[in-house]
Amino acid sequence: MSFLFFFTLSFVLISAVLAVHARDLFVSTIWLSVFSLMMATNFFILDAADVAITEAAVGAGVSTVLFLSALALTGEKESGKRVYRLLPSAALFTLAVVLIIVSLEHPRLGDPSAPVHQHIAPWYLSETPVLIDIPNVVTAVLASFRGYDTLGETLVVFTAGIGVLSVLGFRPKRKAVVTAAQVSRRTVRIRDHLILRVVGKLLIPVIMLFALVVQFHGEYSPGGGFSAGALFASAVMLYGILEGADRSIKAMPQLIMLRLAALGASIYIFVGIFGILLGSNFLDYSVFSSNPVAGQQLGILLIEFGVGLTVASVLVMVFNAFAGRDTY
Amino acid sequence: METEFLQSLPRLLAYASMVIGSAFIVIGGIGVLRMPEIFTRMHASSVTETTGSLFVLAGLMILSGFTLATVKLFAIALFLLFTSPVSTYALVNTALIAGQKPVVVKDSTGGVSA
Repeated sequence: MSFLFFFTLSFVLISAVLAVHARDLFVSTIWLSVFSLMMATNFFILDAADVAITEAAVGAGVSTVLFLSALALTGEKESGKRVYRLLPSAALFTLAVVLIIVSLEHPRLGDPSAPVHQHIAPWYLSETPVLIDIPNVVTAVLASFRGYDTLGETLVVFTAGIGVLSVLGFRPKRKAVVTAAQVSRRTVRIRDHLILRVVGKLLIPVIMLFALVVQFHGEYSPGGGFSAGALFASAVMLYGILEGADRSIKAMPQLIMLRLAALGASIYIFVGIFGILLGSNFLDYSVFSSNPVAGQQLGILLIEFGVGLTVASVLVMVFNAFAGRDTY
Repeated sequence: METEFLQSLPRLLAYASMVIGSAFIVIGGIGVLRMPEIFTRMHASSVTETTGSLFVLAGLMILSGFTLATVKLFAIALFLLFTSPVSTYALVNTALIAGQKPVVVKDSTGGVSA
């Protein structure tokens, strides 16, 4: 294992401890963001580029913004006194010792004789070029071989979005806190707030374009629906932060976002059912075309679109629900 | 001998550029630790973000030659060139509005320096 890996991993540990330790929740959020960025670097060092993109976009980008907008609704300081109890500490310590002992039994990282590299991974690697013929095996495994799991994940994202919305309210009763008028009034206070808005306007289309590349190039390079959805949502969040939440809500109305999220999940399910109707199994794309390989590629493209649509609209919806609420 | 030198020239140039970039990053790190208040600290860290990373990226670009990787590195450099100064500006400006005052030192001649 490289020195760099140990460096990033120890930084992950440090930032995690500091995030828990900080009394100021704002500081805690920033440490969590550092944690995610370091984790993304870690994933990249371990050659998991797909996961790294998603971690960087969701962990360091989107969730930081969501945490901050949640803090705007509550408060920055941790309330109450910290009490250190003996029993939970002892239990945690025992658990840590057990985990460390278990981790000693782990096969060495990247060991070719490890069980994980003996079981089904060789089959994926040898059959992906034959059955699906795309270079990115991760996409093949995620979207086709283990399509059920990804369907479950998409539905989890959709359910989480609905859950957040049912807590925060589908439509804010009063008008948004940070309105465009207030943004322009703040412009006077933040001198030349203009610079941020101009650069933001330059960056937002580029980010969206990059999201589309990640979405539709996911078969050839790292990426796919999840990371593309998060990137797209981060572009909308940037717009909402710079121009005011009421404008981002106007551009992406909550009800439409909700329907788009449902549409994305339904696209996935209907692609699966389509396989049954054509006389094969649920989520078997081989029957979509006379050439099974082309059918697989078409199916992967469709369900990745569904995943991207759901993730992007759920994240936009959650951000708008947070940012569009009355704070004081 | 001479052709050998000419062949290794781009690589030497790339290494020199990367070393210069790393030096800027180290200097920026020292500055963040040593400077007295947020404005001078941000000034030091902006050196890391712009000059340091751009020199390192330039070195990598020379190393990778005329390939797709160079185009990607150029895109990253362009992105950094847009975002780092703006983020530095946003942070410092917010600090100023939040009430942070720059430390002003009067020297013996009565002149004012930050």
